Amino acid sequence: MKNLIILGAGTSGTMMANHLVSKLPKKDWSITIIDQYKTHYYQPGFLFLPFDTYTEDQVKKVGKKFIPKGVNYIQKKIDKILPVDNQVVLEDETLDYDLLIIATGSKIVPEETEGLLGPLWKKDIFDFYTFEGALALRNKLREWDGGKLVIHITEMPIKCPVAPLEFAFLADSYFTKKGMRDKVEITYVTPLSGAFTKPTCSKSLSYLLSEKGIHMEADFAIERVDNEKKEIVDYGDKTIPFDLLVTVPTNMGDELIERSGLGDDLNFIPTHKHTLQSIEHENIFVIGDATNVPASKAGSVAHFQAETLTDNILLYIKGYTLKEEFDGHANCFIETGNNKALLIDFNYNTEPVHGTFPFPKIGPLKLLKESIFNHWGKLAFRWIYWNMLLKGIAIPFVSRNMSFKGKIFDIKRN
Amino acid sequence: MDLNIAGIRLDVTEDGYLTDVSQWNKDIGLEIAKNEGIEMTDRHWEVVSWLQEQVKNDVALSIRGIKKSGVLDIKEFYALFPKGPLKISTKIAGVPKPKSCI
Repeated sequence: MKNLIILGAGTSGTMMANHLVSKLPKKDWSITIIDQYKTHYYQPGFLFLPFDTYTEDQVKKVGKKFIPKGVNYIQKKIDKILPVDNQVVLEDETLDYDLLIIATGSKIVPEETEGLLGPLWKKDIFDFYTFEGALALRNKLREWDGGKLVIHITEMPIKCPVAPLEFAFLADSYFTKKGMRDKVEITYVTPLSGAFTKPTCSKSLSYLLSEKGIHMEADFAIERVDNEKKEIVDYGDKTIPFDLLVTVPTNMGDELIERSGLGDDLNFIPTHKHTLQSIEHENIFVIGDATNVPASKAGSVAHFQAETLTDNILLYIKGYTLKEEFDGHANCFIETGNNKALLIDFNYNTEPVHGTFPFPKIGPLKLLKESIFNHWGKLAFRWIYWNMLLKGIAIPFVSRNMSFKGKIFDIKRN
Repeated sequence: MDLNIAGIRLDVTEDGYLTDVSQWNKDIGLEIAKNEGIEMTDRHWEVVSWLQEQVKNDVALSIRGIKKSGVLDIKEFYALFPKGPLKISTKIAGVPKPKSCI
């Protein structure tokens, strides 16, 4: 009997368990998934919690519900991976593996920025990348009477790179609805040169910021937070004052990766960007936010990766060459406020373009254009996530690799 | 797009980065620096060579990487190439614009 171990029961790990349980021969392989946490969060929902659009119950469920029968589910803390010995050390036992899938994700590390965890943390400074942070921010927004709202990204890469921008758009809507938009000055601060991470998006969508009266500060590399003066300071001594700071702290892979000596500077694991095999160890595969591949850290990306990775694991077990198939495909809804959203579809080499999705000319979703239908798509996605995505059910008509059908290449790239 | 520097025609991107690193030489670097309003010192050139070395070795450039480089700290980096040090220094070095932007 051989052992396949999956580390992490988040979006990626859960999907892999569901894919593999029906495909690996049961008489030869035992599948184990390990995660110390009992709750599975719908992380895209964290964006809506602060604005009272979603309730707590809509974004969390018991993780066990999504682990299929036939998979051994261990709820223990993982101490480290011993890649040379093919072992995983847990808090009170050591397990042997023949094949390992690392799906330990990424998380915020506010400690990386001086002064971020100072006296203003959770008073006037918040994150919305954790359940607790998003809830604390919701409570703050309910009673906030206005002032300078600064929405800030510390450094790239971050999970769901468009989320902070969506937050800015939704904040504009939220304060407008509350009748206090004139009391709130919104500033969007990014270490990048433009609001969007993709140049074609910045070109075709920058009107959104001016339309909503959102001021932008680009190329801002934060050095520290000055809690006394209530401002953020960058390495060039530029300062931006705030009354309420909503920040996306540095994102890093799990400390377990550092303890195991498997990661880069940010604890992300060097991974082959088309096969998802670890660069250093051939019987270790990596998926989702835990990799260092130059794709967005997002659930849709993990979903497409899971399909390629499943095939590659079966090929690897049989001794065949792996498919160099994964193309960095991402498919993301971007909330723009006022019940509208955008949809973007892109991969490693092709930037987001105009067109219709998933059917050429028909849509019904429009790429890179605001529409109410796209917003419904985003809201429907919560149902798709819990009922299809985690279970490894393919989303109809959406293929793992980016399709060029129905796409219009009318934006010049740099 | 192309750019004429010291009588040589160079291929550059829309925002002025050389598309072919092998076309680079010190005179070209000097000319780009002048356009960016930077007066090059020995220290500037040291940093530029270090950046080129990193790119040659496929190391992705980032502000965090500077912090851990041991070559210079971020404060000095900003002092040498004010405003957007990574963008400006890479342009002078003739290497691609870093894309820590996914």
